[in-house]
Amino acid sequence: MQQIIDRRLAGKNKSIGNRERFLRRHKAQIREAVKRAVAGRGIREIAQGEDIHIPRRDLSEPVFGHGQGGRREMVHPGNKDFVRGDRIERPKGGGAGSGGAGQAGDGGDGEDDFVFHLTKEEFMQVFFDDLALPRLTRTTLADTPEYKTHRAGLSSDGTPNNLHIVRSLRGAIGRRIALGSESRRQLAYLEELLAAVREEAATQSRREQIAALERDIEALHAHILHIPYLDPIDLRYRSRVRTPVPTARAVMFCLMDVSGSMDEARKDLAKRFFILLYLFLTRHYERIDLVFIRHHTQAQEVDEDAFFQAKETGGTVVSSALVLMEQIIRARYPSGEWNIYGAQASDGDNWHNDSPHCRELLARDILPLCRYFAYIQVVEQEQNLWHEYALLAEEAPEAFAMRKASTVDQIYPVFRELFSKEGRSK
Amino acid sequence: MSDTFNRRHAGQAGTANEYGGRRSQAPLSPPLPLTERPMSHLPAPSDWTFELLDRYHAVIRSTAQRFGLDTYPNQLEIITAEQMMDAYASVGMPVNYRHWSYGKEFISTDRNYRRGQMGLAYEIVINANPCISYLMEENTMAMQALVIAHAAYGHNSFFKGNYLFRMWTDASSIIDYLVYAKDYVAACEERHGIDAVELLLDSCHALMNYGVDRYRRPSKLSLAEELARAKDREIYAQQQVNEIWRTLPRRPEKEATEKQSTRFPAEPQENLLYFIEKNAPLLEPWQREIVRIVRKVAQYFYPQRQTQVMNEGWATFWHHHLLNTLYDDGHLADGMMIEWLKSHTNVVFQPPVGHPAYHGLNPYALGFAMYSDIKRICEAPTDEDRDWFPDIAGSHWLATLDHAMRNFKDESFIGQYLSPRLMRAFRLFAVVDDEKAPTLEVSTIHDEAGYRALREALSRQYDLGSREPAIQVWSVNLRGDRSLILRHTQHNDRPLDNGAEEVLKHVARLWGFPVHLESVGGNGKMARSWVVAPPTD
Repeated sequence: MQQIIDRRLAGKNKSIGNRERFLRRHKAQIREAVKRAVAGRGIREIAQGEDIHIPRRDLSEPVFGHGQGGRREMVHPGNKDFVRGDRIERPKGGGAGSGGAGQAGDGGDGEDDFVFHLTKEEFMQVFFDDLALPRLTRTTLADTPEYKTHRAGLSSDGTPNNLHIVRSLRGAIGRRIALGSESRRQLAYLEELLAAVREEAATQSRREQIAALERDIEALHAHILHIPYLDPIDLRYRSRVRTPVPTARAVMFCLMDVSGSMDEARKDLAKRFFILLYLFLTRHYERIDLVFIRHHTQAQEVDEDAFFQAKETGGTVVSSALVLMEQIIRARYPSGEWNIYGAQASDGDNWHNDSPHCRELLARDILPLCRYFAYIQVVEQEQNLWHEYALLAEEAPEAFAMRKASTVDQIYPVFRELFSKEGRSK
Repeated sequence: MSDTFNRRHAGQAGTANEYGGRRSQAPLSPPLPLTERPMSHLPAPSDWTFELLDRYHAVIRSTAQRFGLDTYPNQLEIITAEQMMDAYASVGMPVNYRHWSYGKEFISTDRNYRRGQMGLAYEIVINANPCISYLMEENTMAMQALVIAHAAYGHNSFFKGNYLFRMWTDASSIIDYLVYAKDYVAACEERHGIDAVELLLDSCHALMNYGVDRYRRPSKLSLAEELARAKDREIYAQQQVNEIWRTLPRRPEKEATEKQSTRFPAEPQENLLYFIEKNAPLLEPWQREIVRIVRKVAQYFYPQRQTQVMNEGWATFWHHHLLNTLYDDGHLADGMMIEWLKSHTNVVFQPPVGHPAYHGLNPYALGFAMYSDIKRICEAPTDEDRDWFPDIAGSHWLATLDHAMRNFKDESFIGQYLSPRLMRAFRLFAVVDDEKAPTLEVSTIHDEAGYRALREALSRQYDLGSREPAIQVWSVNLRGDRSLILRHTQHNDRPLDNGAEEVLKHVARLWGFPVHLESVGGNGKMARSWVVAPPTD
């Protein structure tokens, strides 16, 4: 009877279903935590897991239990010097520390938050849920890059389908020669000797000598026969290594209006827009540089923190950012070597004489250098910048897209456009 | 109140086949002699192999047979730490229906384990036939031997022998039943939505401790029978509910003022889930079946909650005794002994009160000490022992221990067998916490005058009836708003805690009409009451 069963390979992750139900139940808290995490993270760090804190009281499962009060008697071990009738001060917190047998457990850590780790996949799931991304796009975005396998010489172990027969047999011949040559040489010598002895007259001592020689020859034959034709150490395999498919470099310009009218909610919208573009690019390119340009009446290049944190007041001159972007491209990112993407977020406010200038700049200088330029306006109201850009979108539909998004879930359509364009061009 | 299955079994009452035909084997008086001493001890590397497991298992089994341990067939399963955590999360069972609370359990176990805050238990054993013991692959050979002796022979023989397990659980069908439960719950989720099932399970879990029959024997059925009857039951149960509707007044506005003449139920009911399953007016048939599933699972675990000390003590006593015998017979190497003894010592450590690690009495320590003490009383009784235990002092220890294992639960086991010597060794003392008194009072200690009172106090402490608030279905307001009235009878004037209202919301969800809870003090007066209306969603 089989009494010991190896279950190690069977039924791992049985709790996945239960974990899913747990996440489902606490969706609201998790979504809130993801939102906070997105706000606190850099664009590059978006695709990571996150620790989620949930107040323990939200997780408790109520049962009937005894409360404080009444009369109860508890037996404890380890009496040192009590005698009957001794009176003891009530411990603080009433009866704490005297949880009797069977009640020991999680009483102590009652108020701590319940903390658990959301994996990268689960985190992205919630993030995408918010953006109302269709499923196909999700998998495209969350996927890891493709790999190619290359030959990388030979190795001494591998799978049978990679066996290199010629090299293995060549090794086997060498080994057989190395191990057998001494025996063969001796065999040849003995056979020669035997032939010579047989030539001579047959006396008793000759016959013994012949018998001895034949024994030796047989032993040598057996030894040579025992050298294996093919030994595991002869085997050579083609070695293959996986390397990521090399893709070109890309640079992503994030342009954002930081004038007074851009409040936190609008910035958050813009940030999600940038994140989505970044995720899209990571799917296509091995290396991505990010350039952050913020502007009000003047533009400046800043790091990511300053980009999302800073708040300025005053008017808006959008062209300042475009000019700076063009300068940076010319200085650092020659368009022959880099795929250039531009993403601009604004509330549509612009100094009115500036908008035609923006269109001109884009059409003449920037779009020819760019793979793609996306503009997102985070308010509904259309102003002159929108009208000018709309003209541009008609002129150059291949490289320019614009959308309005006033809530988070409207951001995606911009990308559908982006993807459909990618689909056409291939 | 008898349902179909109890009727089915009624015919068997009084036959020689007590407890559904599971016959127990007569205990051995003296242990059988050792057949042959081995030439040398078993190999003792720290890593186990399947071949070694087999050899160790073989000697442990033959040694256990010499002591007459009667067990279900054993099935040892090697699992990984992750699988151990999976098993943890679903209350130790290999299959179970899905619920978020098990996910919560898994997540916190997983997190603590990864942070290194806790080790996993060495073993989980399932009361099934064959009895399944999990061996974790991380364990060393010595630990595997310990686990085999502890779980596969200690716990296993307890499951097979103890009267509570024999009466309340059916080892041969539990796995099948859980498979059925899992599939049924999954099917309900598909048909009625995950949310509806989750709400229902939440409510049932809140009442899980009140879903057990304490005095009646539950039915048992094979998977096939269970499936075949589930359908009939749905129809039948729905008809039964009409009990409540049938007495609807024709003209409610007139008769509502009339005094309630008939009581329903005729007597108070202690099994809340059973009452709800059979009588809640608004539950759908599938909901009744799920209530029933939770109730059945609760019933299956009920004996375990009542025999912590006895069960763990028994398993600990036997791994200790078996492995020591193995050593005496020359099977075990010295290094192995040291290793498992170290674990054993950790397991039976009893920190004194006031120690940072003190969480009440350690059931392993108390149980192990009691069985060892009974053996001592049998073999080398003192005058005190002869005085206290005249019937067992000097008797044969195997038979006495076997009797003690079979016929008691924690409460009665302690009441019967806790000896003065042990009370002194543990330096037990009892403290009374009376809210009327300004201070706590030491009521008894381990001295001549206090032994009996102390033993009674400890025995009461293990009485589930006093550990959990006594709550019963008192009545249903048939002529009025069909509200359910529950009654809490206070034990020593101990009130309910603040969770009560939350639980009542769950009861109201199941019942579908308002639920009242009356908490009645020792003087018969109502101390506090709650009313909860059913949720309107």
